[in-house]
Amino acid sequence: MTLLRLAEHGLYCEAGDFYIDPWHGVTRAVITHAHGDHARWGSARYLCSREGEGVLRTRLGASATIRAVDWGQPVDVNGVRVSLHPAGHILGSAQVRVEYRGEVWVASGDYKTHPDPTCTPFELLRCDTFITESTFGLPIYRWPSDGEVFDDIRTWWRHNKEHGRASVLFGYALGKAQRLLAGLADAGIGPVYAHGAVERLNRDYRQGGVRLADTQYASAMPKGHDFAGSLIVAPPSAAGSMWMRRFGTISTGFASGWMRVRGMRRRRAIDRGFVLSDHVDWPSLLAAVQGTGAERVWVTHGTREPLVRWLSERGIEARAVASQWKGEDDTDPVEVAGEEISA
Amino acid sequence: MKAFARLYAAIDETMRTNEKVQAMVEYFRTAEPADAAWAVHFLSGGRPKRLIPVRRLASWAMAEGDVPEWLFAECYDAVGDLAETMSLLLPDATSTTDRPLHWWIAERLLPLAGKTEAEQRESVVQSWRELGGTERFIWNKLITGGFRVGVSQQLVVRALSRATGVDEGVIAHRLSGTWLPRAESFAALARAETADADVSRPYPFLLAYPLEDELEELGAPDEWQAEWKWDGIRAQVIRRDARTFIWTRGEELVTEKYPELAAAADFLPEGTVLDGEIMPWKDGRALPFAQLQRRIGRKSLGGSILSDVPVVLIAYDLLELGGRDLRGEPLQQRRELLEEVLAAARSTVFIPSPAVALPSWNGARTAYARARDECAEGLMLKRRDSAYGVGRRKGGWWKWKVQPFTVDAVMIYAQTGHGRRASLHTDYTFAVWDDGALVPFAKAYTGLTDEEIRELDRWIRANTLEKFGPVRHVKPVHVFELGFEGIQPSPRHKSGLAVRFPRILRWRTDKRPEDADTLATLRAFMTEGR
Repeated sequence: MTLLRLAEHGLYCEAGDFYIDPWHGVTRAVITHAHGDHARWGSARYLCSREGEGVLRTRLGASATIRAVDWGQPVDVNGVRVSLHPAGHILGSAQVRVEYRGEVWVASGDYKTHPDPTCTPFELLRCDTFITESTFGLPIYRWPSDGEVFDDIRTWWRHNKEHGRASVLFGYALGKAQRLLAGLADAGIGPVYAHGAVERLNRDYRQGGVRLADTQYASAMPKGHDFAGSLIVAPPSAAGSMWMRRFGTISTGFASGWMRVRGMRRRRAIDRGFVLSDHVDWPSLLAAVQGTGAERVWVTHGTREPLVRWLSERGIEARAVASQWKGEDDTDPVEVAGEEISA
Repeated sequence: MKAFARLYAAIDETMRTNEKVQAMVEYFRTAEPADAAWAVHFLSGGRPKRLIPVRRLASWAMAEGDVPEWLFAECYDAVGDLAETMSLLLPDATSTTDRPLHWWIAERLLPLAGKTEAEQRESVVQSWRELGGTERFIWNKLITGGFRVGVSQQLVVRALSRATGVDEGVIAHRLSGTWLPRAESFAALARAETADADVSRPYPFLLAYPLEDELEELGAPDEWQAEWKWDGIRAQVIRRDARTFIWTRGEELVTEKYPELAAAADFLPEGTVLDGEIMPWKDGRALPFAQLQRRIGRKSLGGSILSDVPVVLIAYDLLELGGRDLRGEPLQQRRELLEEVLAAARSTVFIPSPAVALPSWNGARTAYARARDECAEGLMLKRRDSAYGVGRRKGGWWKWKVQPFTVDAVMIYAQTGHGRRASLHTDYTFAVWDDGALVPFAKAYTGLTDEEIRELDRWIRANTLEKFGPVRHVKPVHVFELGFEGIQPSPRHKSGLAVRFPRILRWRTDKRPEDADTLATLRAFMTEGR
């Protein structure tokens, strides 16, 4: 029996009797981060990082029992030593380090090693077994620098402004949207408007001390407000919705790692794609795996097989483990504390 | 190369024709002529020959990117495009110099032809190291012979016209024939003096008005000439200075697309201009327009297309003879000259538009009822004493189109529009019944009022069964009366047929989905329409 294993409700530690990011309600849930596929309702008790408490509470509601711990602060769970370490994915995102009788496992949740001003940077941990995501597990995925991407976004916005169009930039409501707003904080873009789902999470980020561009809630603007020349940040689910009508003539942009591939952008009928991801790209993924020193690697979600083969060919015991985590899948509606925000 | 890559990206990123044109205008205004010349060549569909087998290129890219073949295959699967897969897998560029497009063509691309495999590899790998992002993608597209841009020749002509201030017709003329992508050719495109293009210049097309009144109000039938209204491409065939030019009404110079007409024009007298309709024609009768569409838009006429879909010019009128402008002469006289000229040319591809006998107005009604049997879309009535005027003129020429086919169909899919209508569902797919199931057969975009579109949009959002990206599968509830012009068997479509110019005539709120028509009804139209 391994220290962690896949059980009915997800990744389970029998010795400590707790789950990591369970897909159903359980007695004890350790949560890596607040995205919908990782933080589900219905568990009796939650453990998360101090940094991630605000966004997790926004998601789970005031009645959830949440215990927050500082980075690296060990917690004893039925004799198993559990600690949380920054994963660099979104605000408060954690890797879960599990130590029991001298054996160390690390479950990464979702992570990235690229710099991001909205969260604490990824911490590389030594371990025996590393459980990794593989959302972008192919060598075609290699991220450009943030500087380049934000230059492109500004140029796109300026061009739209000159042509009297509003720029609607789509990105995950939790994490990506705030990373965009942080990157544009000093861009001199003028009024930036946010979709309701984004605006609500902006509050949590600002309370967590993250500096974002000033935003206004788009739906609060009076009827007939002229959005020409402004930038609007919205979740991808808003694309093509009634909510979009108020903006008049628009150009649409989408910030996602998938935009690295031309066909992905074209299939979405988006005007501009910006390659900006909150997941590891291929070189960083390999570097992270190597850096952990792990002899065993489990690959939970994304393009798993190529990574498993790559690692196996290099003498690492790797295997694909089926999970219900999705990585960067933006078709989900944005869920916040029991309500679905559509505008 | 960076500027050309930006142009490519700008065109690739937008669905709006005007923005594509604007991007080209900006490029043509600022690029150096040698670059602009190559850009014109590539945008017009010119492609360098593939000099290196793609397998070989892929193997070099694998070595350079340090990617094993199995992983390359996985990546290719995810990307779906070989040139792009190579671009994404190769290491980032090591140098950032920006050499012009023409340098890349002249110094790197064309010389590949005379090189050994080892030299080719060295040159290609060197190029990969020097090019980043979109530039590398374009380079790969060029060396694999797969470079394509989503613009038509007409849009290139329009952009050149706006960039240079030279008339579109003149630009099209100057680009015709063998146009070499050189700096001096590009400069010649922009020359303000346009006498060189006069020889090719067509006359403005005279257009007919839809018939509004009763036939009897037109006067005596013998004052009128009746012809079928053909459903092809309106065109002028010009023979001047021992050269031939074929222009469509859309100001497109299409001489090279209809070689059978161009060849026959050699036998027309000097200084002749014919006005007529390019028609797909086989065994003495018209083929449906859909057949002609197989030839339109093709950049090469390879394979069996010329024998499958031969064309003729159904000549309506003679506008110039012996270099003399005949447009002021009465139609009757132009018609007689037309018949003489074509008889003398002994051509099988220039056919005088067959006259429809007009013994009485009732006779015209009988002929009109037969129009579809002739593969025509109605009847033309032209006053025998009329001159060939300019543009759309009332009184001399009338078109009397047959009523469209109509069918009641059920809306099953809806999709959002573009631009101003990006948030409204304006594009609908319609289905008819076949054996208890609804089979989609037509898409239509227009025909409803803004109010109806908004009402339908609200309903669509509330009654979506499934979403596939921007497309919504909706409950089969609403019935619409659709009109369309033609119908064709089409094995590519699920329904086995394709309709031409489908449009919404009415929202049949009085009908229920089970009242909609069946595929059998459509099939019956097909037999009727042939």
